[in-house]
Amino acid sequence: MLQAIKRICGDPLGLVGLFLVALMVLSAVLASVIAPYDPIALNIIDRLQGPSFKHLLGTDQLGRDLFSRVLFGGQVALKIALISISIALCIGVVLGMIAGFGPRWLDNIIMLLFDTIRSFPTVMFALATVALVGPSLSTVVVIIVITSIPTYGRVVRTQTLSIKSNEYIQAELAMGASTFRILSMHLLPNVVGPLFILASMDIPTVIALEAGLSFLGMGVKPPTPSWGSILNDGYNLIRNTPWPIIAGSIPLVLVTLGFTFLGESLRDLIDPKLRKSL
Amino acid sequence: MSKNVLTIRNLSVNYQTDQGTLQAMRNVNIDVPKGSIVGVVGESGCGKSTLISTIIRLLATNADIPNGEVDFEGRDILTLSEDEMRKLRGDRLSIVFQDPMSSLNPVLTIGKQMTDIQYRDKKTMAQKRQRSINMLESVGIPDPASRLNQYPHEFSGGMRQRIAIAMALQAEPSLLIADEPTTALDATLEVQIIHLLKQLQSTIGCSVLFISHHLGVIAELCDYVVVIYAGEVVEEGTVSDVFKRPQHPYTEKLLECDPANIAQKTRELPTIPGNVPDLVSLPSGCIFKDRCHTKIDRCDNERPQRIDAADKHYVSCHLRSPQ
Amino acid sequence: MSVLEVNDLRVRFRVQSPLQALVRGNADPFIDAVRQVSFSIEEGKTFTLVGESGSGKSTLALAVARLLPSAEGSIKFNGSEVTSMSDSELMDYRKQISMMWQNPVGSLSPRMKVGSLITEPYKIHGLNDRDRKAEGRRLLEMVGLPAHFSQRYPHQLSGGQARRVGVARALALSPKLIIADEPTAGLDVSVQGEILNLLNKVQDDLGVSMFVITHNLNVVRHISDHTAIMYLGRFLEIGPTDTLFAEPKHPYTSALLAANPEPDPDALREQLELKGEVPSLLNRPSGCEFHTRCPFVQSQCKDALPELAGEESHHYRCYFPIAE
Ligand SMILES: Nc1ncnc2c1ncn2[C@@H]1O[C@H](COP(=O)(O)OP(=O)(O)OP(=O)(O)O)[C@@H](O)[C@H]1O
Ligand SMILES: Nc1ncnc2c1ncn2[C@@H]1O[C@H](COP(=O)(O)OP(=O)(O)OP(=O)(O)O)[C@@H](O)[C@H]1O
Ligand code: SF4
Ligand SMILES: [Mg+2]
Ligand SMILES: [Mg+2]
Repeated sequence: MLQAIKRICGDPLGLVGLFLVALMVLSAVLASVIAPYDPIALNIIDRLQGPSFKHLLGTDQLGRDLFSRVLFGGQVALKIALISISIALCIGVVLGMIAGFGPRWLDNIIMLLFDTIRSFPTVMFALATVALVGPSLSTVVVIIVITSIPTYGRVVRTQTLSIKSNEYIQAELAMGASTFRILSMHLLPNVVGPLFILASMDIPTVIALEAGLSFLGMGVKPPTPSWGSILNDGYNLIRNTPWPIIAGSIPLVLVTLGFTFLGESLRDLIDPKLRKSL
Repeated sequence: MSKNVLTIRNLSVNYQTDQGTLQAMRNVNIDVPKGSIVGVVGESGCGKSTLISTIIRLLATNADIPNGEVDFEGRDILTLSEDEMRKLRGDRLSIVFQDPMSSLNPVLTIGKQMTDIQYRDKKTMAQKRQRSINMLESVGIPDPASRLNQYPHEFSGGMRQRIAIAMALQAEPSLLIADEPTTALDATLEVQIIHLLKQLQSTIGCSVLFISHHLGVIAELCDYVVVIYAGEVVEEGTVSDVFKRPQHPYTEKLLECDPANIAQKTRELPTIPGNVPDLVSLPSGCIFKDRCHTKIDRCDNERPQRIDAADKHYVSCHLRSPQ
Repeated sequence: MSVLEVNDLRVRFRVQSPLQALVRGNADPFIDAVRQVSFSIEEGKTFTLVGESGSGKSTLALAVARLLPSAEGSIKFNGSEVTSMSDSELMDYRKQISMMWQNPVGSLSPRMKVGSLITEPYKIHGLNDRDRKAEGRRLLEMVGLPAHFSQRYPHQLSGGQARRVGVARALALSPKLIIADEPTAGLDVSVQGEILNLLNKVQDDLGVSMFVITHNLNVVRHISDHTAIMYLGRFLEIGPTDTLFAEPKHPYTSALLAANPEPDPDALREQLELKGEVPSLLNRPSGCEFHTRCPFVQSQCKDALPELAGEESHHYRCYFPIAE
């Protein structure tokens, strides 16, 4: 672990990534402490102001403090990303291991399912779902879960297949170990490494998707702050003031870059085969 | 110097462990003359695989090299860049690993892997495939053409090992390093591989660094032999010198322990009593002293130097030093 | 009494999918990796299996442990049929047998430490009453590894050390039958002697039976009571080890004995040179399956498979056995 941190610090991009991610996580977690205002408190008198000491990033058309809204928007984005990716990971791992370890026919069915889901473009699928059940936070989560399960499931399945033929799995079977024990004690630990990297690189995609849906008014319902809805408000006000657009897009860009850098540097670190290949 | 393909000088390797620094190899000198086959023997865990990993620069992440140089065809391998090293491996320098599965990708067919490693050659796919078939044939894999479409786990242990050998030979390297390549083979195939290596040596002038516990194979195949004990070279010389007139007590014991040398059937095979010293806290004096049957007082405190016992026959033991 | 009795065993692998077989018009998309194999192991005795690489030795071992299904034949362990055991019977069976694997590092789960690896059998079989740490130390000591090795991961072991860990794990539950696939490959002669002495000692103390697969003929001579020689999935010769070594009847056996390299640089071997290729399981030779390489082949050999014949316990499959 210590070595891992040392190695990341040796990689400048990784370090930048780590810093940005840490910044985002900290500010999201501590949003209620840091934020100077209530993100949904209206203050019509101060509406559409530029940055000042009173309002670091200015205010929107309803006079809400943009800095506070960005902080709480980050909280919402992170919450959605973490919840939906964790759920997708769990389901993906289970399905992937069943597909890889179980009988051939089950494998075929699960793979067919994955391929079907993946053949829909994500955005189309999202629009259709929202149209059907209406926009809400949980709809966003469900959409992300369903569309990312196949990616994780496939990775887990490939890993499972390659580990399954190893002698140590046979050795476990010979000692009488149950399938559950083999899956949980011997397969899982060897599968999760690459998966976490994949997931960490997925976080920015999910955040962008949430922002996109909210921008279209199909994600988080107002007045809950979201980077997407901040952008949407800003878009409508672009003739009056550029600040809401700037306030909504900067964190989005930084967070995407941060997670991508970190993910790549983690991948080089954890996957020794990539470094050690002949 | 230039007569040697590989010259190792004063090489040490350490592993960082929870118990402290494990000195897996200390001040090792080895020469591999051009066109010759050098055997390495020694106790399990004495550092043979470590030696190989150092030469091909694939040491574990907790290893470091405090001193030494590894000169391969006039270049110090330890100072090459990662890129230059990659170019050497699998071209001038081929390896057969102790664990054949580690050099085979479980999810690709053998055929794919064997044609993939020929990426340097500008040949058609069919030619590459044919070459793979020929190589598999020469290591005695029956029905090679249809076998190319199978996955590693569908082969027996010995077959995987032979596939690994075939892949290493495909490149016609100038140095082939083989870590116990014949352990999983039966006697007739072992002999076949020995012939194959000898033939390779005479046709393309390839040198071989050959690690094996099978003293019979070493005797049969090698020109020179290096005996390692607990990370130090204790004896080195031509095979006939070392096997006929072993100078170091360890070599002597090792030869005695070989069940092939024991005519009478027994349920109590000879062993060398005692244990390998702890490489984390090395004892003073001779590394073999605790298990030596001819120990003298000097052995306890003073480390024996490498001395000439005969022409090209070196040994590190106080019993052989002139004093 | 026989601990293990194997009768007419056959193990097959599918080498073509049903579709491929249909397209190529191949009626039999299987290979027989083990064919017509019969033998028994007496209590407290050692049976060794020698044979060409790829001849089906490991497959036979896996089938005996029921890690591979057998297509035909029976396997009896202490009188009960292994091939038809229920899950719970199988669990009990696997408690009484243990395996030592051909690949020492590869058979150890890479993310577990040695300490947990060797005490795994206790966990699997729910034996929680024992002090696992103490057991771990006892086992490590038994195979001659220092106690601090329990903190190491498999990749931090040398090949020989990993093999000792495998031995320790195999001995954990004091099994009735040990199936050892190449137990001494990759060990120096001294450690090899230690491991074999250890196995011999366990056998003498606990009366364990052993099924040992090895290539090392020098070892066979010292440890085994009965030996079988396998070729293309069949036994070519089977009999008491001493007899087999003294008077090999089958040409392949005598070629094997002659090929065994001796640790003498000037040794001139009177070699019985085997010519030709190792045949493929996909395409078994007609008649005696060894005829493509046999130095004594006659036209009769190419027609029909010779039956196992011979006197008392020494049997061989050859029309022209080597005369004394
Ligand atoms: N990554 C590692 N971390 C710590 N110790 C290690 C590591 N790799 C090897 N060792 C130790 O270094 C010593 C030398 O190991 P090495 O694998 O080179 O032995 P070897 O001579 O190849 O043995 P064998 O003949 O059994 O394969 C051993 O004591 C081993 O336990
Ligand atoms: N899963 C599998 N699918 C298809 N064929 C297989 C499979 N496993 C083994 N075989 C084939 O069965 C034959 C016997 O293999 P086995 O592993 O039993 O040989 P072995 O006698 O143990 O050889 P070695 O001494 O080299 O380990 C080989 O031809 C091998 O290719
Ligand atoms: S120097 Fe002494 S202890 Fe060392 S091997 Fe020689 S006689 Fe034995
Ligand atoms: Mg080794
Ligand atoms: Mg095998």
